[in-house]
Amino acid sequence: MKKPTLKLGVAVAALALVASGCGSDDGKNSSEVDVAANKDCAERTQEARDADELDEVSLQLQWVSQAQFAGYYAAVAECFYVDEGLDVKIVEGGVDIVPQDVLASGDVDYAISWVPKVLGSIEQGAKITNVAQIFERSATTQISFKDKDITKPADLKGKAVGSWGFGNEWELFAGMQEAGVGVGDINLVQQAFDMNAFLAGDIDAAQAMTYNEYAQVLETVNPDTGKLYTPADLNVIDWNDVGSAMLQDAIWAQTEKLSDADYEAQTVAFIKASIKGWAFVRDNPEDGAKIVAESGSELGTSHQLWMTNEVNKLLWPSTNGVGIIDDAAWKQTVDIALHTKNETGASIISKEPPASAHTNEYVEKALAELEADGVDTKGAGFKPIEVELKEGGK
Amino acid sequence: MAQIWTRFRAVILGAVGVAAVVASWDLYKALGPEQGVLIGDTRILPRTTDLAMPHSWEMLQRFTEPVTSLAGAPDAFSTVYDASMFSLGLAARGWLIGVVVGLLLALVMSRFRIIESALLPWVVLSQTVPLIAIAPLVRRWGSAVEIGGHVWTSEDSVAVIAAYLAFFPVAVGALRGLKSPEATHLDLMRAFGIGWWRTLLTLRIPASVPYLLPALRLGAASAVIGAVVAEVSIGLKGGLGRMVIDYAVAASGDPAKPWAPIFGAVAIGLVAAGAIGLLGLALRPFRLTGVAQ
Repeated sequence: MKKPTLKLGVAVAALALVASGCGSDDGKNSSEVDVAANKDCAERTQEARDADELDEVSLQLQWVSQAQFAGYYAAVAECFYVDEGLDVKIVEGGVDIVPQDVLASGDVDYAISWVPKVLGSIEQGAKITNVAQIFERSATTQISFKDKDITKPADLKGKAVGSWGFGNEWELFAGMQEAGVGVGDINLVQQAFDMNAFLAGDIDAAQAMTYNEYAQVLETVNPDTGKLYTPADLNVIDWNDVGSAMLQDAIWAQTEKLSDADYEAQTVAFIKASIKGWAFVRDNPEDGAKIVAESGSELGTSHQLWMTNEVNKLLWPSTNGVGIIDDAAWKQTVDIALHTKNETGASIISKEPPASAHTNEYVEKALAELEADGVDTKGAGFKPIEVELKEGGK
Repeated sequence: MAQIWTRFRAVILGAVGVAAVVASWDLYKALGPEQGVLIGDTRILPRTTDLAMPHSWEMLQRFTEPVTSLAGAPDAFSTVYDASMFSLGLAARGWLIGVVVGLLLALVMSRFRIIESALLPWVVLSQTVPLIAIAPLVRRWGSAVEIGGHVWTSEDSVAVIAAYLAFFPVAVGALRGLKSPEATHLDLMRAFGIGWWRTLLTLRIPASVPYLLPALRLGAASAVIGAVVAEVSIGLKGGLGRMVIDYAVAASGDPAKPWAPIFGAVAIGLVAAGAIGLLGLALRPFRLTGVAQ
């Protein structure tokens, strides 16, 4: 009985070795993004940390690292947060991570999420407040190939229409409802993360974010021409033009903590540095894309730059200054959330959200400070760059 | 020739098996209808376009190309390898936790009838909770935990979720194994006045091995799946699960790319099963003394 015991011991030891060796437990939380700061900033951050001058702040993203969040990455990488006395940790999202729930439960200090998604959570009791509306415009579109001849919501009738669901469908439904097309009049198709179903013709009109899925199509070779698809091959229904756009990426804070003067000051500082980060990305889109890529995003290089450029278009030029929640846009979002019915007949919310759901108090202070520092918060002269997509977004 | 055959039979058969899969993939791609095979509106065989089914060699070749065009980007193989090791490590951690918990549960349940009656339904019930429901909960509860200076990380959450899937087959298999000795053997032990502990060590545990090994293997497979799915679920960076999401974006423009992490998952599944095979070799003497299976 001696020998097998020894062998067993060896096997268990080997397994234990694998377990401990591969775990790479360096005591760091991998959901936190290691933003690649420039050398100067990295040193300053370290010094400030050592001197205990920084307040730790965590930000929950809505999704994994990508240029959609370039402004926050840039604010870390360029030390804009450190300048405000903040040590910001960016926490990535995941398929089942709901940012507003993470924020409402107090695990993070701020979160990025779409307004319509949060309105539902607020009605169910989440106590959180929109303190800065970063994206002024919606990036959600419905795209189709030219030969399908779908140029307006009314054309969707009887077609196979793709949607990701999970709260991404409301602008589509609102636009259709406006045009007299019921959810029952279309063949609603559950859309995957990729555009293969659209390219294969299973979906006539697919949901596409201007900064992501639209580019995915343009990165694909058209088998008829042997070249990449071009914007000329596609019809785009833009919900901003239709009038059923809803507010997307916003910074959310914990409502109850906003009565605490320290958290209020921190919120102003956080918004200020974040907007400065976005202004940096506006002026240096290539650097913005690079910071995101070096911080662990696996997206292809041209795809990343495309996303940066398209996201810039959602912020700039800004009508009232980035972050200001426009009353009309807020009202439009709430109205759609109240009155649009989905395939089960439900709407996002059943009554008006509380007044605590949004405030311009902090972003106005942040913008005033930025103006005083000479930062352009409107970007009136903003010109997007031309991004050439490569096959597969490489 | 015959000697070579007997010696390397397993290896040859294994290679033939892989070759058969690859050949049928490319044969179907070459000969199958472009739009796939449909019965009514239901597609029972996939499309054969390059988008839906890249050539096997393209998928292989993709491993040698850089992940992105960023200067200094590593090739896809080393990226997938790193991610595979990361996920395998988490799965192994989950498996170890799962095995320990599963064995303890089985031990307690086999010792006390009443605990078995009380606990077993919960053990079974635990597996009916969908992973997507528990993953965010584990992360949230975990973030409130701090054990002796060790701060809870998302890696711990993933390992715990992997363990959550892995403990079940171990608990059920070990329980059956521990209760497997024949009544006459147990009576003999009792007749000689041998206590519970020695009966456990000399009779019950050796007898449980034939039940335990398949349970451990099932546990390993569950741990790998649990680790990869939990990574997707909570968005943990560094492993295969996250890579599946990240690479899905390239599904249309670079169709071979999303397959890379899938092969990685297959590979670590094989490694995990192989490791249990080694364990089985070490436990062979017990398998011979155990009851027929």
